[in-house]
Amino acid sequence: MTIALPPQTSSSPPGLQPEGWLRYLSFSLDHKVIGLQYMVAGFFFYLVGGALAGMIRVELVSPISDFLGRETYNEVLTLHGTVMIFLWIVPVVNGAFGNYLIPFYVGARDMAFPRLNAVAFWLIPPAGFLLIASYFIGGAAQSGWTAYPPLSLTTPAAGQVVWILSVLLLGGSSIFGGINFIATVLKMRRPGLKMMQLPMYCWAMLGTSILVVLSTPVLAGTLVLLSFDIIAHTGFFNPALGGNAVVYQHLFWFYSHPAVYIMVLPAFGLVSEILPVHARKPLFGYTTMVYSILAIVFLGLIVWAHHMFTSATPPWMRLFFTIATAFIAVPTGIKFFNWLATLWGGKIALNSAMLFSCAFILHFVFGGITGVALAQVPFDIHVHDTYFVVGHFHYVVYGGTVFVIFGSIYHWYPKFTGRMLNEDLGRFHFLITFIGFNLCFAPQHWLGLNGMPRRVAEYDPQFTLVNQISSVGALLMALSTLPFLINVFWSAFSGKVAGDNPWNALTPEWLTSSPPPVENWKGEAPLVTHPYGYGVPPGQIDLKAATGRELWSSGQ
Amino acid sequence: MTAFSPSSDQSPTDTLAPALAEGAELLAHGTAEEGHPDHRMFGLATFLVADGMTFAGFFAAYLTFRAVNPLPAGAIYELELILPTINTVLLVVSSFTFHRAAKQLRQNQLGACRLWLLVTAGLGLAFLGGQMVEYFTLPFGLTDNLYASTFYALTGFHGLHVTLGALMILIVWWQARIPGKFTADHHFGVEAAELYWHFVDGIWLILYGILYLL
Repeated sequence: MTIALPPQTSSSPPGLQPEGWLRYLSFSLDHKVIGLQYMVAGFFFYLVGGALAGMIRVELVSPISDFLGRETYNEVLTLHGTVMIFLWIVPVVNGAFGNYLIPFYVGARDMAFPRLNAVAFWLIPPAGFLLIASYFIGGAAQSGWTAYPPLSLTTPAAGQVVWILSVLLLGGSSIFGGINFIATVLKMRRPGLKMMQLPMYCWAMLGTSILVVLSTPVLAGTLVLLSFDIIAHTGFFNPALGGNAVVYQHLFWFYSHPAVYIMVLPAFGLVSEILPVHARKPLFGYTTMVYSILAIVFLGLIVWAHHMFTSATPPWMRLFFTIATAFIAVPTGIKFFNWLATLWGGKIALNSAMLFSCAFILHFVFGGITGVALAQVPFDIHVHDTYFVVGHFHYVVYGGTVFVIFGSIYHWYPKFTGRMLNEDLGRFHFLITFIGFNLCFAPQHWLGLNGMPRRVAEYDPQFTLVNQISSVGALLMALSTLPFLINVFWSAFSGKVAGDNPWNALTPEWLTSSPPPVENWKGEAPLVTHPYGYGVPPGQIDLKAATGRELWSSGQ
Repeated sequence: MTAFSPSSDQSPTDTLAPALAEGAELLAHGTAEEGHPDHRMFGLATFLVADGMTFAGFFAAYLTFRAVNPLPAGAIYELELILPTINTVLLVVSSFTFHRAAKQLRQNQLGACRLWLLVTAGLGLAFLGGQMVEYFTLPFGLTDNLYASTFYALTGFHGLHVTLGALMILIVWWQARIPGKFTADHHFGVEAAELYWHFVDGIWLILYGILYLL
């Protein structure tokens, strides 16, 4: 298709875009500003979701519902899940790092659609506040982040409808972002830069965005039908009116299983950027990494019903989805061995970014193993809707993705602000987070195996001690945010000046000033064809000259 | 800065670089867009994939309902076919008229292009009118049974698309009166509306097949 382009004159005169800190509150079109907007907004919602998680863990210190009423507990639980997934992890791991890094990585001065990009971000704060506001106007949704009917049809309607509206807005934001990432990676590459020369995070975001574009609209359509059931009393998913609740589950998980990969594939990409820099070795197995991502994208779309083995799933379906799910362990395993091989024999700097990344590997392997276990029908039926699932999920999404987000902040903060984060505080932050996380979620596997159901405010008194241990872990996790916040605010003003490239990294975002100028580079964008060309003795790398094809193609 | 040439495969960096190398101040962001290549058709196509997946979800739900959930006694799947068939013809013809309009535009026949755009929009509005008549004459309402609900949800969601598409056509028809707004080489608005219209048309053919004929 030929693309027609009218000769355009600029619509916004110079100076319309605010400068200084004000631009972070503006409808800025700069991908770096938008990235940091996502980051800060996402972190705000992380604190909200964390406070909600704290309320859950305080309630579960005792087996009776004394701190929160049962209905309040359900509301808090629903808000916690929705806020953490749709307002913290998805926006930050896609929107924040994606917007900041992808244009650098493809050698562009901005995303393909800067205005759409700003629209996608500015959908998030209203949707988030709408969701939180529902708690104060007659009660939030109570049916969990899955909103399964008929539960979501029988709980109070106002909160559920606001929840649907909010998720629709966030889904729209996500789709706009996905379209933008696909167009940027495929269409905005600097001339001469081939797909197989891109940093791995580009591939991860391409795969993620394909999942977003293919699966999020299905959730949107499903939620529209669910809202009809609530508002107009149709019977799509209401068995009492001749509808079919299992169809909702299929459509919901058609999005929400890929959503796991939407949350974790970008984290895979970010780790693939961090490990080579701090181990001073090339990323092991670039080509297999790329094909693993594509395999995960494909398989991720055809495994959704493993969430539904207790929903009267016919045997052939159980067999198919069990096998397909087990297959995902293959490309994922390839990626893990590649990361281990990247570290093997490397000159490892055990700084905060590396520690968080290594903890990610550990946690995700554990979460992956419990995931493969959960895909086996007999085991799944035993632990379905128990705390085993809660433990597994948080190992994947917190121990996996959130650890990567923290590692990435330690890695890229010098680029964002021009100043280093304090390493001692960073390692302290890591230590408490690591201990707190494992103390909180490892015991939940035991709870689940012994039959404690999830999503209930009260439990059998025999589980009290283990729940209290888990709550102590949650307290540690809450406290661990303090050194991080102190570090971020203190370092922004008083941190060591980072310089352009404090890690001696080779990916393009480091080959410009910190923070980078508007339009990313003064002068021509660098052509980096070997983004992982480490292993050359430091004296031989002339980083000032590392902007040209010659250096990295000359066989060094 | 020279205008970006759509035929070349060069990135904006090449057009920016000389200006910047001469020590020019970096422009405030958003002012350098004339150097920004146009990927809007690609973006629209990606969006239509997403939009198509929404319909795919609806189709899957509807087909599963039909396969699994029996209707209450007395309810039937059969519908009057004359009006929807006329509607289908209208929509298919409108795809050809739009194609014709775009062809005239590429041959710089702006007047003929506007005429065919108007014909296309008229066909779209006639389709919507036909659907309105059908809604008022159907023997069932939104909440009568599962098939009725699904029927209204699917045709309603598609009708929303037709409405938006007809509005787009009327907008580009109105814009086309400005000389130089659309030229034989540069007419993104018309091109985008055309792609969207063909998409809406294609979705209707599937809908017609599974809702009326199946």
